[in-house]
This record gives sequence, structure tokens and C-alpha cells, in this order.
Amino acid sequence: MNLSPAAGGARVVALGEYQPSNVVTNDDLAERVDTSDEWIRSRVGIRERRIAGPEETVVSMAVAAGGKALAAGGVSPDDIDLVIVATCTQTDQIPNAAASVAARLGIRAPGAFDVNAACAGFCYALGVASDAVRGGSARNVLVIGSEKLSEWVDWDDRSTCVIFADGAGAAVVSAADTPGIGPVVWGSSGERAEKIFLRENKYLYQDGQAVFRWTTTELADVALEALRRAGVAPTELTAFVPHQANLRIIEAIARKLGAPQAIIARDIVTAGNTSSASVPLALSRMVGRGELPSGSTVLTLGFGAGLTYAAQVLQIP
Amino acid sequence: MATHTEQDILAGLGDIIDEIAGVPANEVTPDKNFVDDLDIDSLSMVEIAVAAQDKFGVEIPDDQLKDLKTVQDVINFIQK
Repeated sequence: MNLSPAAGGARVVALGEYQPSNVVTNDDLAERVDTSDEWIRSRVGIRERRIAGPEETVVSMAVAAGGKALAAGGVSPDDIDLVIVATCTQTDQIPNAAASVAARLGIRAPGAFDVNAACAGFCYALGVASDAVRGGSARNVLVIGSEKLSEWVDWDDRSTCVIFADGAGAAVVSAADTPGIGPVVWGSSGERAEKIFLRENKYLYQDGQAVFRWTTTELADVALEALRRAGVAPTELTAFVPHQANLRIIEAIARKLGAPQAIIARDIVTAGNTSSASVPLALSRMVGRGELPSGSTVLTLGFGAGLTYAAQVLQIP
Repeated sequence: MATHTEQDILAGLGDIIDEIAGVPANEVTPDKNFVDDLDIDSLSMVEIAVAAQDKFGVEIPDDQLKDLKTVQDVINFIQK
């Protein structure tokens, strides 16, 4: 039996992002539910978020972010042979998002599948993309996190409607002689599945205290393991880009990394919690603002419903 | 498990609450209500519970944490 020729490594060669134009501020939400700008900022760290319109879908936002990533990297759609969309908020489960996204981008007949690892989805998908390239199953992979959480929010529930938002982020992963994506460290804790789930099969619910305790006590070790497996010291990090769940969770995990020099992604302040889109969205926006020069070493960490989690080190294109 | 005196626990909680919530340790007295008197929110309560576990070796699960309204409640729980 023959095997596909394996690549030496895989790298992220381009990033892209998309956010709906509709900005919803804390004051806007305070008109609908009993909350305030001060309460939201102090509990979750969000100042404003983007909410999609009826014409903006998981697929359309993924297309927009993916198209920007292709353009940013000068990558032709003809060169993409695998498309992976991380999402947990598609309203229609059949067909999947990835095949439609590929077709709309003019990518002809690629492998195409969705990944649902909730808010950890992009980090899972990036790990799979890297391994597909290294194993010779693909040369260039378009990896996208796209979420329309606003479809799954009870807009009268002040404990959740202030948190979640919409958007998409994308990365192109290509074969390279020197690796630019470290080993993924992933795992799950299904015995705690009831901590984050869809209430009445309709509305996102989370046990805030339990999620806060889990993330702030257990996940720094996952992030540190990803650094160790990649052979990168915490002091070598340019930035830490975790899932943008809650600013207090982000800062609590960051304090445990021993990386005081690292920039901490705080994209949540203006983007809200966009689940699997949050890591690539934050990365792309930080690169766009010039915060992450080419070659920067970044630690990502996704975590969410499942419970699921995944971390890896990557270099900025 | 080592036993702790009420005074030890109160002093330890004062340090923890000062560190996590910025409330001066001398304001942390047994009769104080976390929410009403010390302005401590539910997420800070989790941080305090985790820090108290590290310090006193007593786990305070989330479902019991919700019933601990005052500093004295936490002292009693740790001493139990």
C-alpha cells in the first residue's frame, strides 16, 4: 500500500475576519433587560458586540472571512483542497456549512466538513488541518470559525444576552518545510456536559460559576502543556489569544502562564463572545492593528461546551 | 486535616478578599454579607472559594457556595 507523501510541517500563511456591521452597545441592551453598562463591563468585560442581520448566516460570514484570508495570503481558490468550518450555531444541520462555503468561494471539489467542538472548535479544526497537511491528505486548508450565536440567545435573559455575539475568522494552513503550528493539546470533560447546553433546545444556558471555576483552575495547565509540547518557553510568547469568553477568565488564565511580556488578547471588549470564531477573529484583528508582527509566536486556547478544550502554539504569517 | 481556629480563618479570608476583591482586610468581619456589605460578585466568590481551598484544604463546591452569604458562613463551613 502506498501512502501520501508527508509534509515537513504546516504553517498558517494568512488570516481573515468578518464582523456584522450592526453594533449593539451595553446601553442598547439595558433598554431591553435589567442590566447596565457598569454591570456588564465588570462581570464579562464587554463594551459592545456585533449582531448579524437576517441575511447574515454562518455560511455567509464564513465566506466573507475565508475570502479575506485567501486574498490576504495571495492564495488562489484553486489551491485549496480542504475546507473545515468550525461552528455550533448552524440552524440547518444538513447540508454542512463547509461545502457551501467552498462553492461560494470558487473552491472546486475540496474535502469539506464541519467541526463542532463549541467554543474550542477553531483550535480543534486548526489541529486537524495541520495534521492533514503533515500527513499528506491536503496541501492547503482553509480553516474557518463562524458563529451566529444571536439565533440561540434568549434576548430576555440578562445572564446570557449580554455575552454572546456573531462573527467569523479564518486561516489558511499550508505545507511548509519548517513547522509553524505546534502540537495540539486537546481534551474533553463530558461528565460536566450540563454546565453549558441548549435550554429547551433553543436557548444557550451556562452555569456561570461552574464554568468560571473550571476555566480559571484547570485550563492554564492545558495552555502550558501546549507550550511544552511545542518547545516554546512562556517568556518567548508574543501573545496569548484564548477564546474570548469573559475578560475575567482570560486575565485569570493569563496570570498563571508566567508570560508577563505577552500581549493578552482582549478582543471581547468590542467583539463579545463569538464562540469558535473568537480566536481567529482576535488573531486577524490583532494582526490588522499591527500588534502581531510576522513571525510572532502566539499561544491559542479554545474552551467551551462539551466541555471541550484545545490549545496550540502558532506563528503569525 | 489540620484544624484552624476561627481567628486564623478570619485573618486568612481577610487576606484573600483583599487580594481578589480589593476590600481592605480589616473590613472583613464575621457579620459582613459578601454581596450587600462587601460588594463581591458571584465570580469573585468562586475565586475566594478556590483560594480558601488552597489555604485551608477545604473544598467549597459551587452548589454549597451559593448558600454562604456572610463571612461567618464561610468560617463555619471551613471549620465543619
